[in-house]
Amino acid sequence: MITFDSVSKRFADGTTAVDSLSLEVPDGEIAVFVGPSGCGKTTTLRMVNRMIEPTDGIIEVDGKNILKEDPAELRRRIGYVIQQIGLFPHRTIRDNIGTVPGLVGWDKKRTRERVEELIEVVGLPEDSGDRYPHELSGGQQQRVGVARALAVDPPIMLMDEPFGAVDPIVRTRLQEEFLRLQQEVQKTIVFVTHDIDEAIKMGDRIALLSQGGRLEQYATPEEMLAAPANEFVADFLGGERGLKQLALISVRDVDARSGPVVTPEDTPARASEVAEDANTDWVVVVDDARHLKGWVSIDELNGQGNVGEGDIHAFSAEVHAGDSLRTALNAMVTSRTGVAARVGEGGVYEGIVTHKLINEELSKPAQHGQD
Amino acid sequence: MDWGWVQDHLGEIQSLFFQHAQFTLLALVYGFAIAFPLALAATRWPRLYTPILGLTGILFTIPSIALFMLMMPFTGPTATTCLIALTIYTLLVLVRNTVEGLKGVPREVREAAEAMGYRRFKQLFRVELPIALPVIIAGIRIAVVTTIGLVTITALIGFGGLGALFIDGFRQAFGTPIIVGFALSVLFAVAADLALVGVQRLLTPWARGGDSR
Amino acid sequence: MTFLSELLAWFTDPLNWQGSSGIPIRTWEHIQYSVAATLIAALIALPIALYLGHTGRGGLLAINIANIGRAIPSLGLIIMAFILLGLNITPVMIALVALAIPPIVTNTYIGIRNVNREVRDAAGGMGMTGWQVLTQVEIPVAMPLIMAGLRTSAVQVVATATLAAYLSFGGLGRFLFDGLALQDYEQLTGGALLIAALSLITEFLLARVQTVVVPKGLAKRNATAAVDAKMSGKAGVASSGA
Repeated sequence: MITFDSVSKRFADGTTAVDSLSLEVPDGEIAVFVGPSGCGKTTTLRMVNRMIEPTDGIIEVDGKNILKEDPAELRRRIGYVIQQIGLFPHRTIRDNIGTVPGLVGWDKKRTRERVEELIEVVGLPEDSGDRYPHELSGGQQQRVGVARALAVDPPIMLMDEPFGAVDPIVRTRLQEEFLRLQQEVQKTIVFVTHDIDEAIKMGDRIALLSQGGRLEQYATPEEMLAAPANEFVADFLGGERGLKQLALISVRDVDARSGPVVTPEDTPARASEVAEDANTDWVVVVDDARHLKGWVSIDELNGQGNVGEGDIHAFSAEVHAGDSLRTALNAMVTSRTGVAARVGEGGVYEGIVTHKLINEELSKPAQHGQD
Repeated sequence: MDWGWVQDHLGEIQSLFFQHAQFTLLALVYGFAIAFPLALAATRWPRLYTPILGLTGILFTIPSIALFMLMMPFTGPTATTCLIALTIYTLLVLVRNTVEGLKGVPREVREAAEAMGYRRFKQLFRVELPIALPVIIAGIRIAVVTTIGLVTITALIGFGGLGALFIDGFRQAFGTPIIVGFALSVLFAVAADLALVGVQRLLTPWARGGDSR
Repeated sequence: MTFLSELLAWFTDPLNWQGSSGIPIRTWEHIQYSVAATLIAALIALPIALYLGHTGRGGLLAINIANIGRAIPSLGLIIMAFILLGLNITPVMIALVALAIPPIVTNTYIGIRNVNREVRDAAGGMGMTGWQVLTQVEIPVAMPLIMAGLRTSAVQVVATATLAAYLSFGGLGRFLFDGLALQDYEQLTGGALLIAALSLITEFLLARVQTVVVPKGLAKRNATAAVDAKMSGKAGVASSGA
């Protein structure tokens, strides 16, 4: 656990970078510090490993005041990843990753094994160990940066815009891989970004800071999106707040409606009855094993012997339990039926997600976890 | 320090200084006349750059005193000997900085100039050279300061500009001429360097306030 | 006989290869002066430059000292030191060392300062002490420029050590000044060739040393950094001695 207790930082030129900040980062969680430039987020991060010393206040790591520890010793126990990565150009990837093990005196064999393990864990090509940083792509260098920070398995990591220097596609991939890794390693992480979407995606909690290092709100992404503490937070969260909120809720968290369902053997009359009950002009078609076949329009069933003879359209998009409601919403707006069909394993129909469901969900007080 | 000696020899000191300045100026002019076409060629045909740089580099590495002496059997203890050697020493820096300066012109600037319809020659003189000027002048500054120092070595074969005062002082075991020659030579180098900085500021008004690069 | 064959005769005359004034002894003397002066200069200049570079202090002086050094006439310096200190090898060494210090200081300083801020930051952030940052990160990364400075100085010292003979000491300069005095052009030219060769060999050998001591990962990267530094007139090879 990392605890900030009334921590302030004023620089010699009189500017206040951090203003009496108090918050806790619980074990195993990612706390994202986000805010406009000049909000002191990087300063705050750098105070945790004493790259910058606070002017006032106490920072504790696992209950111990860091100001009472030897800075070098402290830093070796805290992983540190920065945007520009700062790989040592004169050392191979293997030696870069092995830096902290070397500093804390691991023997060669143990270091080497750990390095090989990390090369795999962060998804670097197997033969990267003997290469030099300039021979790697930007995305690969970022992976090395993460591996280097993880080397001695420090309980705490500081990550300052760690994915800021790569293109959006690589960034998304690195973010997702890192979240998966975090599920396993359960580090306590302070993560700095200026990108609110990254904050929402990565954070178990978000600390939103404003100019001069004032903490505007510290909450889970869901809470913050559902109930911004003030106008500054609301502004910073930006438009499409509803959509961002939806992105955090899984399809499995809402109870899909069963919807108007028929089988191919049913008659058009039966279909039209089902549709009428559901107040639609279409019905979902499933087979006997409840595999989703698609949907048919009631109008198009005129003159057919049974539903199976009609024109069965595929849903433009099917959603799964693990998808976000935002994905479901996207499926809804691109489908003529205005709903998203939810399917499970083997294409088994599980119901439909409707606008109404989403409205209900958004009007509930925040309660969802991020998984 | 014997100021009386200085007063008695003012005329001599003055003429030595003129010789010093003359050698420096001529070596620079000749040097640039050779280096500039070489640099343009190396820019036009990049393959030439390494051999040109290698050759001028080797010439530069040969100690000046050895080069002066190597030419003695051919050109004797003459001003020609001095000038040829001094000129050779300016080549490396002048070629290298001119080429690097031209290479440093941002590609987008060059492409923009081409796209606007500049012809090769005009583009070189109107766009690329002005942009390369700070780096070229940085090279000239190094060449000038180095040459002013090297001129004093020619005292060993009977010239030397202000360097002749070193030999005078040595023969008489008398410090004053040495100090005078030393101080004036250093002052000359510093003044020439500052003057070139001034020239650069005049010629590159867009770069004022920024780094000298 | 043409001049060239006379020159060849000078080089092949066994008498010129024997005794205390033979080519081997003179070469050895020259090497001794040069190695001693370069080492002393490095011992003085490196700690200062590393300290200034590591702390970022005294940059103005460190960057400009090579330019100042270039303006100092080596012949004048040696003769002045001789007038002040009398006829012994000390004035020669002092002059050689004084001329060798500036390029080492400037190149080393720039090399250390050129180490990316992020690299330095990452090193500190991982828990390296100041000393570890200097020895494990800054010096290796700055090695191309540190070596460039040492090379410049060494070549300059080899050149200037020639002047020791002007003050009646040994070294290859002996052939020059004796040849000059005696109008013996074979000896003069032979000596000049030997000095030129020694300079080129010094440059070549140190270039080889550089490829060995410069970490492989930066071989390519820093070549450009060195050119940048030279280009700006702040450092580089450009200082020829006597």
